[in-house]
Amino acid sequence: MSIKINKEKCIGCRRCLSVCPGSLIKLDEDGKAYMKYPKDCWGCCSCIKECKECAILFYLGADIGGRGSHLTVETEGDIVHWNIEESNGTLHSIDVNSKDSNKY
Amino acid sequence: MKKEIQVKQLKTDVLIIGGGTAGCYAALTIREHSNASVLILEKANIKRSGCLAAGVNAINAYIVEGRTPEDYVDYAKKDADEIVREDLLLTMSQGLNRVTKRLEELGLVILKNENGQYVARGNRNIKINGENIKPILANAVKKLSNVTVMNHVNVTDYIVKDNEILGAFAMGIEEEIIYEIRAKKVICATGGAAGLYKPNNPGFSRHKMWYPPFNTGAGYAMGIRAGAEMTTFEMRFIALRCKDTIAPTGTIAQGVGAKQVNSKGEVYETKYGLTTSERVYGTVKENQEGRGPCYLRTEGISSSQDEELKKAYLNMAPSQTLKWVEGGKNPSEQNVEIEGTEPYIVGGHTASGYWVDTRRKTTIKGLFAAGDVAGGCPQKYVTGALVEGEIAAKAAIEEIENDKSNSAALSKEEEDLLIKLKKQEVENILNFEKPVFSIEELEEAMQKIMDAYAGGIGSNYQFNEKQLALADEKIKHIMELSNKLHANDMHELMFVYELKERLTVCKAVIAHLRARKETRWHSFAENLDYPKKSDKWLKYVNSKLIDGELTILYRDLVGRGENYEHKN
Repeated sequence: MSIKINKEKCIGCRRCLSVCPGSLIKLDEDGKAYMKYPKDCWGCCSCIKECKECAILFYLGADIGGRGSHLTVETEGDIVHWNIEESNGTLHSIDVNSKDSNKY
Repeated sequence: MKKEIQVKQLKTDVLIIGGGTAGCYAALTIREHSNASVLILEKANIKRSGCLAAGVNAINAYIVEGRTPEDYVDYAKKDADEIVREDLLLTMSQGLNRVTKRLEELGLVILKNENGQYVARGNRNIKINGENIKPILANAVKKLSNVTVMNHVNVTDYIVKDNEILGAFAMGIEEEIIYEIRAKKVICATGGAAGLYKPNNPGFSRHKMWYPPFNTGAGYAMGIRAGAEMTTFEMRFIALRCKDTIAPTGTIAQGVGAKQVNSKGEVYETKYGLTTSERVYGTVKENQEGRGPCYLRTEGISSSQDEELKKAYLNMAPSQTLKWVEGGKNPSEQNVEIEGTEPYIVGGHTASGYWVDTRRKTTIKGLFAAGDVAGGCPQKYVTGALVEGEIAAKAAIEEIENDKSNSAALSKEEEDLLIKLKKQEVENILNFEKPVFSIEELEEAMQKIMDAYAGGIGSNYQFNEKQLALADEKIKHIMELSNKLHANDMHELMFVYELKERLTVCKAVIAHLRARKETRWHSFAENLDYPKKSDKWLKYVNSKLIDGELTILYRDLVGRGENYEHKN
């Protein structure tokens, strides 16, 4: 359970640093965000929602059954696109309307 | 070069420690009813701090049509097998619908039927989209005048004189600053304690737990050290969760009516009972007796139910949806394996926390407690925490308006000395040379002791007197070692304080487990030397630091129609 940050995409805006409930993300010497404490990630996904550049990839550790897929989030108005890319490149997208309540 | 830390002094009318659910709502309430200045100190960022960072699946404490607040009290009392404060439960239950309405006004999406009424999910729950509940509360707080929010500042100690609170000490997480805050009233809303026991996934995913790993029991520990009376720490909370991701099970169980089944496909939940602790206990027993693993029976649900479940989980626990997708199997194709978590101390679910009166005043003058840190009032969940924030806020401003300002005064010399000692304490940790152990090593040691000797996952949540005595002795050793730690920076300094908080809470948990010599709740407090429950134990187990010793006090139950008040 943790995140990887794509250094090429990161613009160093610090939004993920600011929002992480564990303050686990820091800036490196190039001014780019990096996950300083990968084992301390709770998996809340606050950072991937905050990142406008989709530079943060959320994944499940192998110890909890992760198989190398990555989760990112893009928000367009009320619609939240949750994108999952499997390690073989297969893409899945689930759209959630933030104005819709959970059915369950 | 030796590190030196600067000290900043701040003043406020009301200090709120923790900008989670209860803390944010307390600030909103104060601004609606008073001009008092408010300072919220938050170790993370109120936008996504506390247990609701990822969102919440439903409002689980609501008085649905045809039910009364008294019904809710009865439900919580039954679930906790009598050990609750009915006065606290009732005052909480009476406010549930009011705060829900307010949440909706602030922007929370709540499902309604064609008549504009909320749609119930079960007897006490309503359906929402709770993904953004924390940003909604944070935005509302940001708009308030004369409310200052300081994010990334971690409160470590109260300033108390003659049993009256005068303020607190805090530390920056990014900046090398110690804050001394003086306040007329303090509302503690720090949340409960996770990370006391060895977790479900002790390796890389050690923080993939139910309760936020960043809730380290700071509020409890500060209270214990300052001599506040605490209650019911022996009623630990263990959540029944989806295996590995530790995602909620209620959404599946209630949403698609999935039953708990063992590996033979037998429904076992009815065999052990339906209270929160019995559901966990049943799962443990089925595994112990060779009928594990246990599941929620989802096989055969419809594909549209699959899709709705995936969406619902994205709104509160995205890892579960990721697991379904990357595993290539929907819940309709594969039952969802379940397991119990490690034990937590959390007053929003069980009854552990500060011993408070109905105004949520603690036994320290001027200090109030709300949410997971307040005891006696289980099953409060999100809305109950909001109500407690509201009650505490109203009580605090009432005291300020009645001019019950601090009667204990701190002389300039006393204050200077406190600051000097705090500065020394912090600089000692930052400059400590040649530590034998790392913070992480001691945390692991603590969790291992609690797991093996104080009823963790590894011992099926069970313990006996000898084991508890050993746990106490071993935790004492770790406490001594925790005074010889080094921190490289302010973030690591917070880790040191967090470890010490957890150790203080562990000590209290062990003392309470030792004190209740019965088994009233399977799994939550299962003492193998006293495997039965007894009416003799229809009382509260409380504790308080007296002359440096954590001392157990017993108190009579506060039943229907009774109101407990502090006596000075």
